[in-house]
Amino acid sequence: MFRCHVMVCGGTGCTSSGSAKIMEAFEREIAINGLDQEVKVIHTGCFGLCALGPIVVVYPEGCFYSRVKEEDVGEIVREHLLKGRPVTRLLYEETVDQDEIKSLSETNFYKKQHRVALRNCGVINPENIEEYIAFDGYRALGKVLTEMTPDEVIQTMLDSGLRGRGGAGFPTGLKWKFAAGNRGKVQKYVCCNADEGDPGAFMDRSVLEGDPHVVLEAMAIAAYAIGATQGYIYIRAEYPIAVQRLRIAIDQAREYGLLGNNIFGTDFCFDIDLKLGAGAFVCGEETALMTSIEGKRGEPRPRPPFPAVKGLFASPTILNNVETYANIPQIILNGPEWFASMGTEKSKGTKVFALGGKIHNTGLVEVPMGTTLREIVEEIGGGIPNGKKFKAAQTGGPSGGCIPASLIDTPIDYDNLIAIGTMMGSGGLIVMDEDTCMVDIAKFFLEFTVDESCGKCAPCRIGTRRLLELLEKITDGRGEMEDLDKIEELASFIKANSLCGLGQTAPNPVLSTLRYFRDEYIAHIKDKRCPAGVCKKLLQYRIDPVKCKGCTLCARTCPAGAIKGSVKNPHVIDQSKCIKCGACMEKCKFGAISKG
Amino acid sequence: MANGTSAPFRGTPEQEQKLRNWLAEHKTMPGAAMPALQYAQEIYGYLPIEVQRIVAEELDMPLEEIYGVSTFYAQFSLNPKGQYKISVCLGTACYVKGSGKIYEKLQEKLGITGGECTPDGKFSLDACRCVGACGLAPVMTINDDVYGRLTGDELDEILAKY
Repeated sequence: MFRCHVMVCGGTGCTSSGSAKIMEAFEREIAINGLDQEVKVIHTGCFGLCALGPIVVVYPEGCFYSRVKEEDVGEIVREHLLKGRPVTRLLYEETVDQDEIKSLSETNFYKKQHRVALRNCGVINPENIEEYIAFDGYRALGKVLTEMTPDEVIQTMLDSGLRGRGGAGFPTGLKWKFAAGNRGKVQKYVCCNADEGDPGAFMDRSVLEGDPHVVLEAMAIAAYAIGATQGYIYIRAEYPIAVQRLRIAIDQAREYGLLGNNIFGTDFCFDIDLKLGAGAFVCGEETALMTSIEGKRGEPRPRPPFPAVKGLFASPTILNNVETYANIPQIILNGPEWFASMGTEKSKGTKVFALGGKIHNTGLVEVPMGTTLREIVEEIGGGIPNGKKFKAAQTGGPSGGCIPASLIDTPIDYDNLIAIGTMMGSGGLIVMDEDTCMVDIAKFFLEFTVDESCGKCAPCRIGTRRLLELLEKITDGRGEMEDLDKIEELASFIKANSLCGLGQTAPNPVLSTLRYFRDEYIAHIKDKRCPAGVCKKLLQYRIDPVKCKGCTLCARTCPAGAIKGSVKNPHVIDQSKCIKCGACMEKCKFGAISKG
Repeated sequence: MANGTSAPFRGTPEQEQKLRNWLAEHKTMPGAAMPALQYAQEIYGYLPIEVQRIVAEELDMPLEEIYGVSTFYAQFSLNPKGQYKISVCLGTACYVKGSGKIYEKLQEKLGITGGECTPDGKFSLDACRCVGACGLAPVMTINDDVYGRLTGDELDEILAKY
């Protein structure tokens, strides 16, 4: 028995800021102080508050140490672990209230969160199957195999109202039902989409890194429900930690007889293999993903036939996203009514969001469906840094759109987001402030889709490029008002005619910014001005002759020799020579240089 | 695809034997082409046509098909990469926090454009899509090292480490 547990976050965020070294330091210091029989160090998955990494939590007190450095470890071990005095100065400030230490669940970041999919992340050691089992792991699979018929499992999914967390929100139970025919007579597959490609989204990565067994268990449940014997997890090669933990988890599950033949002593047999992606965004689309598992170019196929009829290797296949799977064992154990009691009328349960961009508490949050954007941004996220104003939040990645400040009180669920011109997507939520140019953001996403279009169908391959050219024309200062009509016409054409989801949603970032920030487009076109000061070609740097002291620093800094002036006299920028690098503005000590 | 520097192929017989052994063992695996190319790239660092030919031969597939797969996926490179691979994340969270400027500065400092390799073969520079460390934005990686919360002022210091 250990009297104390030290949980060190081993997610990608904290690993990037050096948590592996912190863990080694803890083990070293604990041994030096002779505590290795009393204190156990555990490498966990993500706690969610990545902005404060590396994170260390000490139980039983639940003390939350943030931004821990290697040199702090000795002090924590000697003071806290040896003498029982938490090192207050290193604790997350929100957990310290005068002399009292508050529990993490009382902080603004965690207070409104409700963890279902992330329940084990930061709680268990993901590389140890016994810890997962100790937290009810594989109990749902046992229940399904010994107490439920496959049809009852599907009915449970239908009753729970669970919808696909990958973005489109298709009812999971329905998907399973479509693939349920001819059980035991034909080869079928269960696949997991772990090709989390939306830039700025890392929910699935955290589940895989923090709780890999939940995905394996849920896939086995799905396999039992539809009568499949083989599963594949298609995962991005950009997630090395997640790949490694999944490999360990699969080996352990096989060793414990939870994958393989005759699971739980029944005649149910199921195994899972990993397939690594190689950097193609389109492979997140279900038919493209399956083509890629087959070892080919990851191009999408027309639907119908749907994968439930003819999917991987031309066999009936179901494909669900990581987060969808992460909910399933809990639904089996707690019942569909429990799950359906959370959320809104048509969107049940919780949703994990990756909160990023211009916000204090970047990280992962899981909230009940129907939570408003304001609650997420202002309360959980802690608002916008540097006293800037909230301008918009982007959801749904390159397929989604922006939610402007005027709609910040919208309760977030699948249908509300569609109604305001964006989509849930996989859960990336990027906050933008007044320094973000919305035309530039639309262009950014279009560059992404042009790059990632697989080229199979013309509306997407050619259409997105033409759309990007129109946006470049506007950000370069060559835009005309009629370009806006052209953009809208072309966008609706691309949406209607593209083969797969990538093309069908590619114009969304443009349409949504045009809908809510049309004035910014007009400012670029008519006034040849970028209000946020981002679009380089429309920028002009100016020196305020009153504030300029003539120190000559800017003239000496300018790489283009564009600044002229004599000592102690106001300087001037030659606009024809200026390359708009901004170096002068960074260097000026008197705030005399402005852009606009 | 950027051309970058094209060095002559310098594969060794040991490398070839290692690859052929793996291919012979995994030939019957469904969908073997991608894992095969991934393994080949692990051995050689990139996928020149000579290596693609070995894969095609052993898997009994047309070279055209192997070439098609090699050129479809961003992570397969037909050109050699630098000893140190720099990737700047241009995912949304990093972009909003100014990773575009970091990318520009690196191109300036290294004197190459994205996708290229410095003439001495030391550094290659690429933009990448979200490494998932959005909490540390803006982020870049050099081989397996991750550098986060970049401002642009520390780049010389970081490059000097290599």
